[in-house]
Amino acid sequence: MSEAPSTRIAIVGAGPAGIRAAAALVDAGLHPVVIDEGQRAGGQIYRRPPDGFVRTPEHLYGSEAAKARALHAVFDRLAADGRLTHCTGSSVIAVQAGRLHVLGEGGVQVIFYDRLILATGASDRVAPVPGWQSAGVYSLGAAQIALKAQGVALGRRIVLMGSGPLLSLVGAQLVKAGADVAAVLDTSPWDQQMRGLWKLAARPFVALRGLALRARLGGRYHAGVSLEKIEADGQGVTAMRWRDAGGRQRLTPCDTIGMGWHLRAETHLADLAGCAFTYDEQWRQWLPKTDRMGRAGNGVYLAGDGVRLLGADGAEIAGRLAASACLADLGFPAPSTAVDLRELARLERFAHGLACAFPWPAAMVRALPDAAIACRCENVTAGEVRQSLDFGGGEANRVKSLSRVGMGRCQGRYCQLAAVELAAAHAGCTPDAVGRFRGQAPARPAPVDAFLRKG
Amino acid sequence: MITTGRIVRLAERDRAGVHFFFDGQIRRALEGDTVLTAMLASGHALRMSEFGPEPRAGFCLMGACQDCWVWQEEGPRLRACTTLIAEGMRLRTTPPENWP
Repeated sequence: MSEAPSTRIAIVGAGPAGIRAAAALVDAGLHPVVIDEGQRAGGQIYRRPPDGFVRTPEHLYGSEAAKARALHAVFDRLAADGRLTHCTGSSVIAVQAGRLHVLGEGGVQVIFYDRLILATGASDRVAPVPGWQSAGVYSLGAAQIALKAQGVALGRRIVLMGSGPLLSLVGAQLVKAGADVAAVLDTSPWDQQMRGLWKLAARPFVALRGLALRARLGGRYHAGVSLEKIEADGQGVTAMRWRDAGGRQRLTPCDTIGMGWHLRAETHLADLAGCAFTYDEQWRQWLPKTDRMGRAGNGVYLAGDGVRLLGADGAEIAGRLAASACLADLGFPAPSTAVDLRELARLERFAHGLACAFPWPAAMVRALPDAAIACRCENVTAGEVRQSLDFGGGEANRVKSLSRVGMGRCQGRYCQLAAVELAAAHAGCTPDAVGRFRGQAPARPAPVDAFLRKG
Repeated sequence: MITTGRIVRLAERDRAGVHFFFDGQIRRALEGDTVLTAMLASGHALRMSEFGPEPRAGFCLMGACQDCWVWQEEGPRLRACTTLIAEGMRLRTTPPENWP
């Protein structure tokens, strides 16, 4: 063994990838520090409600309950036995060589590391729809978190829209829980969905489960819709205006909207850690570059939806692989990875099918009216994004500084892909030629007094 | 279902009560509610947009979008989706008076 077990390894994120990475490192005799924004480990998909809630994992996670139970149990045991250090409710806001600046309740503290595993997950990939700044518009993930972690529906009459596996899943979960779901609007037409279908056969049971969920939605589900406008009054959403696949105008009264087009990798910390990025045509977004094991170089490893959008099962595998790579690089005997690598390839075929069946709505974004809001944080309009190109040309960071798109509190997480699409359309180039916003610290808003208090 | 706000409680309704102040009015929530859940079970908005006329009520619920920052009467703001409600919290949809 070339390095003592005192090697400092930091893992950011305690979802499926972070938990599996931590467990593999503990197995090898190391003591990782796991930093997570949640109060309890699990991540978003296996998120646990606060203390005092009584629904069982079977109720909360359905067919995935056994996986959720196993992950929670593994992590809780390692934490209880003192085999790892768990920093809860903590956000990494900056990364420098060998140090993480971590914002927690007590202020900002510095955590030193020799190796860094980033398992930061993903959030909803959203596209602007006119009126989406209104109160009562949420991401699909938000509607699911509200139900799972709080036992609530975000409104009395809900329209879900977008495309991807989460659309039908959240719809079916809300209906089952007793919420009033008025319509589920999928922007992907049937023929497009069929094109992805044969690749979805890589995971036949998962594909069938998806179809069964959709069947539960019955006549609420509509494929191939066009989303026109979210109507609102002074209190918030009042209706969704859309066209069905036949082009007929429809108006669905509602007070709540959940929207999302599959996932967007959370890559901010990978960017701050100096990882290289590449534009992924399949997912229409920039993703950090790694080898098959998750090695990004300079002692940084990436795992889970923050680097490859394969979902929770893929994240567990990627977490183990990243830990194996880390252990091998430290000179530890690493466990065999052949089975995990094979399984990863199968999950990638399936994910490719999903990406093909439920695509990013590029044409819808490109046709956004000038008056529509592109950036929810600061109400920057699509027209302002387009105008900025006349002054700075079609480069993402010039568009950002001239129009302020991506400079609000979310730091571009929810507007970057649409802004780049708008810029590419206006400049007559592809989104990858426009580039991506440079990541800036702090990765989360941090009050000044957090730096004055000693964590 | 009796509800006065935006949010509808579908499950987990047998938790202990917690009281807090919402724009000066006393309101009841349940232990384990986030500030977002507590406020939207009683009302329709968390804050007003600084850049437009519309109210805001959160967006991502996972601490990523930063749409749900709300004011406290004592000054500092908090992120409503990641903070649990506590007895006696004094929350506002608009900045407190005399805020510089």
